[in-house]
Amino acid sequence: MKIAVCLKQVPDTEAEVKWDIPKGTLSRDGMDSITNPFDEFALEEALLTKENYDGEIIAISMGPEGAKDVLRNALALTVDETALCCDDAFAGSDTYATAYVLASAIKKAGDVDVVFCGKQSTDGNTGVVGAELAAILGFSQLTQVGKVRSIDAGAKKIVVERAVEGGIEVVEAKLPAVVSVIKGINEPRLPNLMGIRKASKIDIPQWSAGDLGVDTGKVGAAGASTKVVEIAVPPPRGAGEILKGELEEVANMITDKLIDLKVIK
Amino acid sequence: MANDVWVYIEHKEGAISPMSFELLGIGKELAAGFGSNLCAFVIGAGVDDLAKEAGAYGAAKVYAVEGDVFKDFRGEAYAKAAAFLLDKYKPEVALFRATTMGTDVAAAAAAQLGFGLCTDTIGLAIDGGKVKMARAAFGGNFSVSVVNEKAAPQIATVRPKAYAMPEKGAGTAEVVKESFALADADVATKVVEFLASASAVNLVEADIIVSGGRGLGNEAGFAMLQQLADMLGGAVGASRAAVDSEWIPYEHQVGQTGKTVKPKIYIACGISGAIQHLAGMRTSDCIVAINKDPDAPIFKAATFGIVGDYKEVVPKMIEKFKGKLGR
Ligand SMILES: Cc1cc2nc3c(=O)[nH]c(=O)nc-3n(C[C@H](O)[C@H](O)[C@H](O)COP(=O)(O)OP(=O)(O)OC[C@H]3O[C@@H](n4cnc5c(N)ncnc54)[C@H](O)[C@@H]3O)c2cc1C
Ligand SMILES: Cc1cc2nc3c(=O)[nH]c(=O)nc-3n(C[C@H](O)[C@H](O)[C@H](O)COP(=O)(O)OP(=O)(O)OC[C@H]3O[C@@H](n4cnc5c(N)ncnc54)[C@H](O)[C@@H]3O)c2cc1C
Repeated sequence: MKIAVCLKQVPDTEAEVKWDIPKGTLSRDGMDSITNPFDEFALEEALLTKENYDGEIIAISMGPEGAKDVLRNALALTVDETALCCDDAFAGSDTYATAYVLASAIKKAGDVDVVFCGKQSTDGNTGVVGAELAAILGFSQLTQVGKVRSIDAGAKKIVVERAVEGGIEVVEAKLPAVVSVIKGINEPRLPNLMGIRKASKIDIPQWSAGDLGVDTGKVGAAGASTKVVEIAVPPPRGAGEILKGELEEVANMITDKLIDLKVIK
Repeated sequence: MANDVWVYIEHKEGAISPMSFELLGIGKELAAGFGSNLCAFVIGAGVDDLAKEAGAYGAAKVYAVEGDVFKDFRGEAYAKAAAFLLDKYKPEVALFRATTMGTDVAAAAAAQLGFGLCTDTIGLAIDGGKVKMARAAFGGNFSVSVVNEKAAPQIATVRPKAYAMPEKGAGTAEVVKESFALADADVATKVVEFLASASAVNLVEADIIVSGGRGLGNEAGFAMLQQLADMLGGAVGASRAAVDSEWIPYEHQVGQTGKTVKPKIYIACGISGAIQHLAGMRTSDCIVAINKDPDAPIFKAATFGIVGDYKEVVPKMIEKFKGKLGR
């Protein structure tokens, strides 16, 4: 079975994010970067799939050269291959352009049976690249997956549990499929020292727009249809009121105030 | 018409929920701004009732694609039908609810048409003949406005409860049935079964959420919050720290890596107010914070703050509500 996993590098949200407000872009200088938290679950699911069903894994990322770090981390966890989609033409891509580039990389990798993605990134935050990838590749679209029940590469079939509003939907799908995973699907493992040492010596291939056969008119800031036209710090919520007094009094005040909102039926 | 405003009517196997029509309210405002029509579109196995109801909530026209293949919700199949309709009529904007279903259809339909989209939108306004869409990014630390210049239509998923429900009137809509043939064999997914959640948490739709964090100290704390939530007809939420402590399942988690919610009342008990938690609830209408540390950051986001031990405050609130609400 051939498994692909999409890993995005994102700024560490615990660090302060710096924005280049006039340009509408992120300033990545001096910011720590990490693997998108949801993608750690995607990577772990790829590793489990390989262990349980045999196969090989290619980890793919689109981003600047620095994004090699997330792929190196994946190598330390013993993925078989990596590819960084890296080209100046990709900068400023919207979700469609991102999915289009990643889809081209998956096609280039060849004969992929299952693609694992995270549910959402913690920077762009849109949560749609997985569904878009499935639509572009014509693969089965399996989002919000909290459990993979079984994969049968021979019969080209996968059964998953999707966490949707009000419950869990069990879905059977044909392979190839794109599976976007949610937190809790597994417990991501940590790389060991030997893995890290080995990974540091492996060369990470870079795929340009030309290598991928990507139409540069459709990607990057110039090609993307979606433009971020404004970035602002949301106005702080008005300073709140601290209710003071004895417990009895405070409980009276808060319950009155909440009842006054006429929301409680 | 080219600058019509379209609203996707979401449903689960044809069941009518008023929330399905939520976006017809903001849709009407946008259509008035453009001087165009508000249209609804619906995909399903039998959609006559939904189409009729959409008229009562303000849609002038309803475009419907029907077929047995659409009996169960399947993102891929629904998206193909949606892309077909949107490509045929090319409205100005198409709005979907930012639920798991709405997002699946909107994202895949946009990709089939070759466009990006704006997700989890919290503001929609007409600017220079285009709809400008505002959303939060970076865990709510920034708000960004997005315009999808080249897209026809511009597609947005809109955060549930971001806009008020429209009034239901006596209006009727013209129903346009479109045929879109899709063979079941051409749909790669099949819904095998649906396991309804025992606690049936639907945080995203809840008007009132009582949420707990590490400060609860143990699982029993959540039983207390559940009691308050039940009394108010609300749902129980949690911080990641509480979920990681295994006091409550992940489906209750609010925040950057959990659910984004916008209830009318959000009561945070024993939650410090980390940015990743605020990301999921800061747009709630009224936030009540109960925390024993007067310097906890949650108080900066709170409409009302109570400095105290939740173990004393919450039971007292339950007692007071019991008396005042007669429950
Ligand atoms: C503040 C901000 C706001 C934005 N708003 C919009 C918008 O409204 N509409 C729009 O179309 N674009 C928007 N963009 C651009 C968009 O974020 C980027 O195109 C991004 O590359 C993909 O979207 P995402 O990060 O939201 O991914 P998500 O859809 O949230 O990511 C889901 C999964 O897809 C995979 N994935 C995503 N990106 C990559 C990658 N580069 N490499 C490898 N795997 C990846 C990962 O597995 C990830 O877990 C915005 C960007 C920023 C910074
Ligand atoms: C990438 C990333 C994603 C994350 N995603 C999320 C997310 O989705 N959701 C989320 O919530 N967090 C998320 N976090 C974690 C977040 O940073 C915080 O660690 C977490 O929100 C803290 O939870 P807490 O407020 O319950 O716990 P704490 O920060 O430990 O706060 C506990 C609070 O309880 C108070 N307290 C203690 N005892 C009592 C008492 N008896 N009565 C009243 N108050 C009391 C304390 O004063 C304190 O303020 C994420 C972090 C990262 C790095």
